[in-house]
Amino acid sequence: MKLFSKNIEAIGAIILAIVWVSPLLFAFWAAFHSTSDAVNFNISSPWTLSNFQTAWVGAPWLQYFSNTFLLVTVILIGQFFVTTLAGFAFAQIQFPGRDFVFILVLMQLFILPEVLIVENYVMVSRLGLFDTILGVGMPYMASAFGIFLMRQAFKGIPKELHEAARVEGCTWLGILWRVYVPLARPTYIAYALVSVSTHWNNFLWPLIVTNSPETRPLTVGLSIFGAPENGVDISVISAATMMSVAPLLIAFLVFQKQFVQAFLRTGIK
Amino acid sequence: MSDIVANERRRQALYGWIMLSPAAILLTTFAFYPSLATFWTSLFSRETRRRPSEFKGIGNYTDLFADPTFLKVVTNNLIYAFSTIPISIIIALAMALWANSKIPARGFIRTAYFTPTVLPMIAAANLWLFFYTPGFGVLDQIGGFFGIPSINWLGQPQTALWSVIIVTIWKEAGFFMIFYLAALQTIPEDLKEAADIEGCSRWTYTRRVIIPLLMPTTLFIMVNALINSVKLIDHLFILTKGGPNDASKLVLYYIWEMAFAFFDAPHAAALTILVLAVLGVVAGIKFTILDKRTHYQ
Amino acid sequence: MKAFRKIGLAAVTATAVAAPVAAETELTMYYPIAVGGALTQVVDGIVADFEAANPDIKVNAIYSGNYDDTRVRALSALASGEPAQLAVMFSIDAYDLIEQDLVVAFDDIKGVDAGWLDSFYPALMANGNIEGKTWGIPFQRSTIVAYYNKDMFKAAGLDPNSPPTTWDEMISMGKALTKDGAYGLMIPSTGYPYWMFQALAIQNGKEVMSNDGLTTYFDDPTVIETLEFWKSLSQEHGIMPTGTVEWGTLRQAFLEGQTAMMWHSTGNLTAVKNNASFDFGVAELPANVRKGSPTGGGNFYVFKDTSPEEQAAALKLIEFMTSPEQAAAWSIGTGYMGVSPAAYETDALKTYTQEFPPALVARNQLENAVAEFSTFETARVREGLNNAIQAALTNTKSAADALAEAQASAVRLLRDYQ
Repeated sequence: MKLFSKNIEAIGAIILAIVWVSPLLFAFWAAFHSTSDAVNFNISSPWTLSNFQTAWVGAPWLQYFSNTFLLVTVILIGQFFVTTLAGFAFAQIQFPGRDFVFILVLMQLFILPEVLIVENYVMVSRLGLFDTILGVGMPYMASAFGIFLMRQAFKGIPKELHEAARVEGCTWLGILWRVYVPLARPTYIAYALVSVSTHWNNFLWPLIVTNSPETRPLTVGLSIFGAPENGVDISVISAATMMSVAPLLIAFLVFQKQFVQAFLRTGIK
Repeated sequence: MSDIVANERRRQALYGWIMLSPAAILLTTFAFYPSLATFWTSLFSRETRRRPSEFKGIGNYTDLFADPTFLKVVTNNLIYAFSTIPISIIIALAMALWANSKIPARGFIRTAYFTPTVLPMIAAANLWLFFYTPGFGVLDQIGGFFGIPSINWLGQPQTALWSVIIVTIWKEAGFFMIFYLAALQTIPEDLKEAADIEGCSRWTYTRRVIIPLLMPTTLFIMVNALINSVKLIDHLFILTKGGPNDASKLVLYYIWEMAFAFFDAPHAAALTILVLAVLGVVAGIKFTILDKRTHYQ
Repeated sequence: MKAFRKIGLAAVTATAVAAPVAAETELTMYYPIAVGGALTQVVDGIVADFEAANPDIKVNAIYSGNYDDTRVRALSALASGEPAQLAVMFSIDAYDLIEQDLVVAFDDIKGVDAGWLDSFYPALMANGNIEGKTWGIPFQRSTIVAYYNKDMFKAAGLDPNSPPTTWDEMISMGKALTKDGAYGLMIPSTGYPYWMFQALAIQNGKEVMSNDGLTTYFDDPTVIETLEFWKSLSQEHGIMPTGTVEWGTLRQAFLEGQTAMMWHSTGNLTAVKNNASFDFGVAELPANVRKGSPTGGGNFYVFKDTSPEEQAAALKLIEFMTSPEQAAAWSIGTGYMGVSPAAYETDALKTYTQEFPPALVARNQLENAVAEFSTFETARVREGLNNAIQAALTNTKSAADALAEAQASAVRLLRDYQ
């Protein structure tokens, strides 16, 4: 009986897994077949690359890809800088009002840039950053989540190391740079993976702030490509979708373990 | 002696504030100041060529409450939140339990569950559009195989919101699974052995031991899911644009529409403030009640 | 030292030679490509030709998605202080753009020729004529046309060269064509339901709005009757699917043989022509009391925040892009109409329409065409109408109730403008 229920569970799990990947599989299939074949599920119909050709010339995908790459890099660098300093300050430096400010920071978890979209858009324009990669990235650099994470990571570092560096005559920044940062490397890597996947896939804010192909990331490019006035062509859109998700998807499949570990790590609190 | 201490303290405070300044500046610029500015905007009327802006007090808020679209949108978002959150949590828990157990093809299963998470919501919406198209979409074709007539999933009010909900669950469950996996791996093996010795069935063990131990994770996921149910509206742009007849319109989409399609910044601001208020209440609950259970250092 | 002097002299000479060349005027133009994808290169080609003929003007043509996206883009750019001099936007955005004080009237641009303004089809100028001035110049314009599957007509025993010309014929032919899992007719009710509804209303003899943008007639008995007619096509006569018909996938549904007739923009013509595996025809929409269709599509607008030089340059660009030759090329490539009678007199279009008569249907319909739905606060008023249509078609409300609600909110929104 136990074996039976175990088997049922295994089957259930596998069926769920298949159901879960089916949208991706169908889109993959549609991308490589003509629209008529795709829609009618002619299993033996020929594979074709014409959808990819149509999609490729339909939008500057290479530009979108490089924009997205630049965007996540800029955001990550900004985040590392800001969260390291802030996390360290909260973890190891005593100063008046520290706990109060920390609460304010935590509040940012709920004051989402997306919700404040109209005012942030005005703010970015006022700073002259409209339609720039920096303008897209700036609201995300002071990530409350990141500050929180770094604070936890830094708190976990033994006081003796800190004291030892102190004795050697290091300044605060020196101690931070030589002791804390290297030891928190696993957290940095984990955070990087989470941040990159989040911002690679971000849509609403880049939609508002970017106006031209020179800054437009993949998500916005895909949405523009996929919503033309007179009708959608399922196969071409599938091809375009496949092209835009391929980089991150392949990276994920190759570095699966690291990805999962990263999300695991940032989840354990 | 106390002078040196006082100096040292002052230096520390200085260092602390300097290190905090980048974060403080950014947070003020992009979170705190805009919140105040939004509130300010929500108190004035819309500016047009013929009529410059004038103070309206809570006029915009009363307009919202009289607006049938507003009520529909709020109802939609509540239905949306209260279905995506529990359903994705339950599915995520099942996924985690399975991915953590000894069944075959465990690696494939875990990958399959997690894959939707690495896709952007826009891409997910494109994929599901293929499923939902009436007549020759995948769901209708499968249904046709079983003799079920074609259903216009995205085109009728009864099914539009649920179609959107399904896409969200598909996208989120794998993400939440990871948190459960992490938590499951911290549960010691001896607990299971002890339960076996006592003659506990697997189901009872799961119900009485695992689920309570996972409560902190569940609460964490619930907060995350709640935030996402407000902020994740990308799929609406591709699937329904809020239709038909506002049947699938969500709050953030309505804010975007009012601000950028109707050029109505003040009403959008008023709705934004309401959303912030609700999120604030949730934050309050989280940081007071919920955190009594989970212990932060 | 000597070399240095030589270089210095060369530099001075070069600067002296370069100085008299006039400063370049730079134009940024946002445009939607309403048929998706590859036509951005065609636009780039046209722009390159223009720049070659006008070396002192540089054009950045930015593709910005569909009409809604383009409007948001262009206005975001303006609101954020980025320069944009002109854009192709919905012909019906005119009232809102004027209200927000964003665009200039073409009559006010220096160097504009009144004769040029008259060279376009009057029906296409209707949406752009507000308060006595011209605010938009037609670029990619359309009407609704009826596409029909000749093979399916033959299979149903109907004459493939006689598509329906009246509502009654449409219903009787539709019934003959609705069989074997296919429908006789599909009229899309997502995307732009108000546009399709306008066609039906005018065929029934009633315009749904006044032409000063201040009044709507949603609850007029004829208009209510029209919505009930649309509803009856699916619920009573069964020739159309119940619920809403999806705009985006309708073309594919037609190509897949799921419907024998479809109402859609003429802008789909080239795509249908290239992909149909069956013999198809294009006809003017049927009449009830009279024939009719609203126009559709995008106009050129010039923004107000521009210098006189920029306005003059923009005018030149617009004149170039709407010249008969360019208009003909655009029409052939997309299926949109040639915007002036002169365009149809060019050799290119003459030959094309001889080989492919369906390309003339939209133009012929201009005789009976009306302006597209447009009022002040157009987005919100239109949304009310769209919702009413969808509510009636999905049986959520009766046609009378739904339209009464839409009229009430339209009256409330327009009150301040009257």
